[in-house]
Amino acid sequence: MSDTLSKIEKRTAYTLVLPAVLLVFAIVLFPIFANIWISFKDIQLKDIRIPEPRAKKIVRSISGDESQLEIIYKLRNSSLINGIKDVEFKDKFPKNVLPTNLDSRCIFKSKKIICDFGDWDPKYKENFEIKIRNINGEKIEKTIIKSQKPILDGKAENPLLTTNFTLKNFKKVFYENNFIELLLTTFYFTFFGTVGAIIFGILAAQLVNQNFRGRTYMRGILLFPYVGPVVALAYTWTLLLDPNSGTLNALLVNFNIIETPINLLGQKYITMSILGFEFKLRLALTTVIFFEIWRYFPLAFLFILARLQAVPQTLYEAADVDGASPIQKFIHITLPQITAIISILFMIRFIWNFNKFEDIFLLTGGASGTRTLPINVYQQGFAVSDIGMGSAVSIVIVMLLLSFMVIYFRLIGKRVNEV
Amino acid sequence: MKFKSFSIFLIISSFFLTCILSIWKIMSTLQGLSFTNLNIAPVFLIGILLSLAFILIGNKINHSIKIFSLSFLFSILYFYLNEASPYWYIFGVFLIILFFTNNLKKYSMQSLKEDFISEKIIFDFITLFGIVFFAFVILFPFYIMLVTSFKTQIALLVNPLDFSLDFTKSLTDLFKSYFVIFETYNFGRYILISSVVSIGTVIVTLLFAIPAAYAIARLNFLGKNFLSTSILIIYMFPAIVLVIPLYTVFSQLGLRNSIFGLLIVYTATTLPVAIYMLQGYFKSIPKEIEDAGIMDGQNWFGIILKIVIPLSLPAIASVALYVFMIAWNEFLFSLMFLDSPKSFTLSRAIQYLSGDAETPRQYLMAGSVIVTLPVLFIFIYFEKYLVSGLTAGSVKE
Repeated sequence: MSDTLSKIEKRTAYTLVLPAVLLVFAIVLFPIFANIWISFKDIQLKDIRIPEPRAKKIVRSISGDESQLEIIYKLRNSSLINGIKDVEFKDKFPKNVLPTNLDSRCIFKSKKIICDFGDWDPKYKENFEIKIRNINGEKIEKTIIKSQKPILDGKAENPLLTTNFTLKNFKKVFYENNFIELLLTTFYFTFFGTVGAIIFGILAAQLVNQNFRGRTYMRGILLFPYVGPVVALAYTWTLLLDPNSGTLNALLVNFNIIETPINLLGQKYITMSILGFEFKLRLALTTVIFFEIWRYFPLAFLFILARLQAVPQTLYEAADVDGASPIQKFIHITLPQITAIISILFMIRFIWNFNKFEDIFLLTGGASGTRTLPINVYQQGFAVSDIGMGSAVSIVIVMLLLSFMVIYFRLIGKRVNEV
Repeated sequence: MKFKSFSIFLIISSFFLTCILSIWKIMSTLQGLSFTNLNIAPVFLIGILLSLAFILIGNKINHSIKIFSLSFLFSILYFYLNEASPYWYIFGVFLIILFFTNNLKKYSMQSLKEDFISEKIIFDFITLFGIVFFAFVILFPFYIMLVTSFKTQIALLVNPLDFSLDFTKSLTDLFKSYFVIFETYNFGRYILISSVVSIGTVIVTLLFAIPAAYAIARLNFLGKNFLSTSILIIYMFPAIVLVIPLYTVFSQLGLRNSIFGLLIVYTATTLPVAIYMLQGYFKSIPKEIEDAGIMDGQNWFGIILKIVIPLSLPAIASVALYVFMIAWNEFLFSLMFLDSPKSFTLSRAIQYLSGDAETPRQYLMAGSVIVTLPVLFIFIYFEKYLVSGLTAGSVKE
């Protein structure tokens, strides 16, 4: 009895879970594996269409004779690159209508024209003409003939499914595209973006955790950058930072803080001198990092605030009795309470910043030294139109991510044991 | 000791006052006032004098009278030390000084002798400064976005610092950018598409996620643990690595430029986080209620529909809002899959607009306001639900 019950339970569970699992599998997991396949192929964006035979039907009347019509089929191969094999053509006609000058490639059988056009080369084009006649000499309705669409069929290779593989893409990824610089930029962006967001998150959480009027509004406002649409925010920032008529530069020039406007998003390096030491700062990348921090510190803030509010107030009261200073309270009570959530946040944000695409793409498009790995996927795949290369870069990203995750789960596992 | 805390108090408080007054000056500059100097040193001096006066007067006179008279006096002093400025600006200065002196309330000669008072002063003023700083840094871009959309191209080029709005103009002139983007750039259609896609995503995601989350929360089956851990791993994977294979497959299936294709992708990418959030909540519902349902002869479908869903409406609402925001804000997939203006979402339409360098910026900002406003309204109105959703969803953008 209980055996059948658990069987029913299992069956129900699978029916409930299966639709979601299948969908996620098809749209999320399948592409990750498909990347491996594509990354080993030499394939361009223009290759991905499967070649199709196409025909456009044009019907003309012949003057003085309503029982006859001329039909022109404009035949073509939709692909400019790949051929089609064994093209078959079919078209249907009404009763009592016969073709008069049929091509040798075609036969007329039970009101249908069936043609075998053989193989079509890439870019193949032909005007295929026939004349038809009503055997009873009655009028043929042009619209009826026109509304009947011809059917074409042919065998074409799907360029995605062929089995010729190459290592070319990976060689190019590692040797041709300044891979080290790409990797360094990605890590620079990821690391400073993450650390900055967490620092500002701690500050903001510490603020909001105190009592002041309008505290709930403040919490809401602090989350605005995180919930706003990235497109709107990125363009607002571009406008704000624009060197020619941007508000920020105009303000700085107005108050004589700088002499000439700085192109914050379009200049790769800026030379700074602090205490006599001159060094070069990656300007555009730094600006993008600031945007990143601005947009994502709210998330860190929210998590840290939730943790802070769970810290028992008695701890602080006890510290007051012991005569601890505010700084001591922060270092010895608050910080230890939030280290766990900070380390989790660090790793999660690190992985997400590593994958960040939209923000950089919208701000700089990957120019002036802000090309990170995800931007490179887009540039290779869609700007250079080399799908294989794009996939190869994706594979590099997935591999790096997997190694982060291994580290992540190792460390988190340890944390859980500690707590 | 007293001298140390005293000087720290003077310096920190004046620093704070200088910061607020500078922000006020910057904001006023954006209203078309032509200030060219932040005058930091005189303002700092005013701050020191003010704090000093406040402490020295102490409790000798009533607090309200004290702060009003001090503010009035120092506003006039500020007026003489600064560039010529209109009365509304000085009135703002007066209010700021009033706010500032009111915040000095808890300090007196006595309190400056307490333990750790210097640290407390620093903490207090950093808190105050932090609030102003964060509010300013966050709201400033939103403010620029909003006011730019009401300006004209010529006005912005003549004086890029003048964001003052001319309310004497007719409403149609003021809202001209909005009329233009609706009439010329077809934004009505994009709003419709974005709404259909986002609401559709919410509905389909919930349809898939509720049963799956229930099964993971309640039923025993092989692979359950594997499933619940892989959910977490799956949404660590970024959209950018899915893009190329999905693009090729969607091209071959003719799903590009289709709202349906976008809907499938959005649903699939939000499903893991939705399932994760829902199953956590389902586990918290007492199992006895469901057992009673089983006794009444309900099947699983009936239990989910009649017991689980009504009991977890708040959680479902927060998942729905969260998914809606993800779908509404989504940009990468709409960039990849939509090429034809017929099927653009709002985000994609704005990006398309910006691709044309000729597009005046106020149109771009008007579009940005349109795409931002609904999310912000939803967020403000349902903040409670959304915040719990955000913390539960933890990592998904």
